[in-house]
Amino acid sequence: MKVYVPLDSAARALGADAVAAAIRAEADRRGIDVTIVRNGSRGMVWLEPLVEVDRGDGRAAYGPVTAADVPALLDGTLKGHGRVEDIPFFARQTRLTFQRCGLVDPTDLDDYAAHGGLAGLRRAAAMSGPEIVAEVTASGLRGRGGAGFPTGIKWKTVQQAAADRKYIVCNADEGDSGTFADRMLMEGDPFSLIEGMAIAGLGVGATRGYVYIRSEYPVAIAVMREAVAVARRRGVLGPDVVGSGRAFDMEVRVGAGAYVCGEETSLLNSLEGKRGTVRAKPPLPALEGFLGCPTVVNNVISLATVPVIFEKGAAHYEAFGLGRSRGTVTLQIAGNVKRGGLFETAFGMTLGEAVEEIAGGTASGRPVKAVQVGGPLGAYMPRDRFDTPLGYEDFDAAGGLIGHAGLVVFDDTADMLKLARFAMEFCAVESCGKCTPCRIGAVRGVETIDRIAAGDPRAAALLTDLCETMKDGSLCALGGFTPYPVMSALTHFPADFATMKEAAE
Amino acid sequence: MPVASPTLDTIRAIVAEHRHLEGPMLPILHAIQEAFGRIPAEAVPAIAEALNLGKAEVHGVVSFYHDFREAPAGRRVIKLCRAEACQAVGSEALSERVLARLGIDWHGTTADGAVTIEPVYCLGLCACGPAAMVDDTLIGRADAERVLAEAAA
Repeated sequence: MKVYVPLDSAARALGADAVAAAIRAEADRRGIDVTIVRNGSRGMVWLEPLVEVDRGDGRAAYGPVTAADVPALLDGTLKGHGRVEDIPFFARQTRLTFQRCGLVDPTDLDDYAAHGGLAGLRRAAAMSGPEIVAEVTASGLRGRGGAGFPTGIKWKTVQQAAADRKYIVCNADEGDSGTFADRMLMEGDPFSLIEGMAIAGLGVGATRGYVYIRSEYPVAIAVMREAVAVARRRGVLGPDVVGSGRAFDMEVRVGAGAYVCGEETSLLNSLEGKRGTVRAKPPLPALEGFLGCPTVVNNVISLATVPVIFEKGAAHYEAFGLGRSRGTVTLQIAGNVKRGGLFETAFGMTLGEAVEEIAGGTASGRPVKAVQVGGPLGAYMPRDRFDTPLGYEDFDAAGGLIGHAGLVVFDDTADMLKLARFAMEFCAVESCGKCTPCRIGAVRGVETIDRIAAGDPRAAALLTDLCETMKDGSLCALGGFTPYPVMSALTHFPADFATMKEAAE
Repeated sequence: MPVASPTLDTIRAIVAEHRHLEGPMLPILHAIQEAFGRIPAEAVPAIAEALNLGKAEVHGVVSFYHDFREAPAGRRVIKLCRAEACQAVGSEALSERVLARLGIDWHGTTADGAVTIEPVYCLGLCACGPAAMVDDTLIGRADAERVLAEAAA
């Protein structure tokens, strides 16, 4: 009997380790042969720990499982969900980037290859650098870290730069609240990131790569490090990548708790060992990045999507999506939701569908008041914007941003003034200090929101003006995008900003 | 957390072990903090000398990052998530309760040195908040009792 118990952080936070230990103990007590595989998460967090049991006739899913359920689980009498693929939340998805996450043993390279892994890298190894870059361009892939910049164009800039050394840097500093796709992928299918980075290396002529993972993700760090060691031992990384005669190797680096290091230039400074302050652009990192060399800086999901593009072809990937948003979006449904987790689907589903149908509304059972899309720098979308399709341009037109595609749901008890104040406070705490609109503006923003709360009638106009300055004058997205949550809260939920004033009148 | 008392020899050995890396500063600081539970003052000139930097530059890096501490933490470290997704499911009330029970404020350590409490902005457990971490143990859908019990274990 083979039993799958996720090693994913969310599953662990909900008791997966105790369940795995109980299964081992019970199996030993009964003297039955049970192999426990610690897989990644299938992404249905409300069912975690989600345990799958394979008795030789396919995998049957159970969850949430507690240690007390283990005797019934091994007896086969515990009530389950059937196959994971038949659970509606899973069945509705289009899994490309996450095709293997939760399915395979994360650090077993043979298991990875048996499920389509390395096919993309082998294909890329037979292509020239420009051909590889052209394939990525044709797929329509855009940066999944938030900015949505076309990946192929970024790669082309690095590919065409003349330099002795070039680098691939993976931004795994996933600090945005409501996002966990990077973490899940690194914990559940680390080889797809390694494969994506190797393809990027072959494409642009870089021989060295770094994954910069935030220190808040100890499980992801451990799994990635092990996977890199396995990949090196098996010749996926090293002087002769899958027998191509071309070299690429990589290393895992750990951040130190600074949110701003998720910004690419700040990340590069941090990787170099400096304070994580933002650099002015130009020069672009593609031309002068890590240690002044041409550098591809891509998010985990962007790079981990590259293998499937090469495995199935750019046209296959490009066929999914909406307008200029091609392929799939990895929605992370979070906050106050009934069914939270990772939902990969073609771009184009509406926000309302994701929140009401997929997530099933709030966990508290109260009406949804707002959904913050795209992390702490994303706008609070009110219910009357729920018809907005999930696409880069569509969200932009609706006054928001899709960012890393995290959806944080709030019920009607949420206080939007408090959330707007928190956004400014967070910006003040995490500002790198380099530019004035962000460093000083965020502090003044907190004070101005306090004035609104105290009933100062002139403060709202001042806040609007301040937000304009921050938006136009900040060096990076921290100061530049903090106005999104603040102004969306003020614009869409004016009642929350008027209570104190009316009470005073 | 195992804490050794810092000596210049061990600090120099840690620095020497990492200085061949591209961008060795953060790996060095992480290794020093892992060994001593903090970045001792005497590490700053030692790193500066080895990496050919000014002491102020090294201090600047140490003080920039939330993770690096100059004074030792309590025997257990509780991190409570304060970010939006956890706020949506009651993290603020949870924090207030835990802080009140311990009788300390954010970044504080209890008088007996048992527990330090730190805010954290996202542990990536946004679909099962409120989230907490006690040393390396992650807790989803956390309540005050569970967090305090884990810290007392």
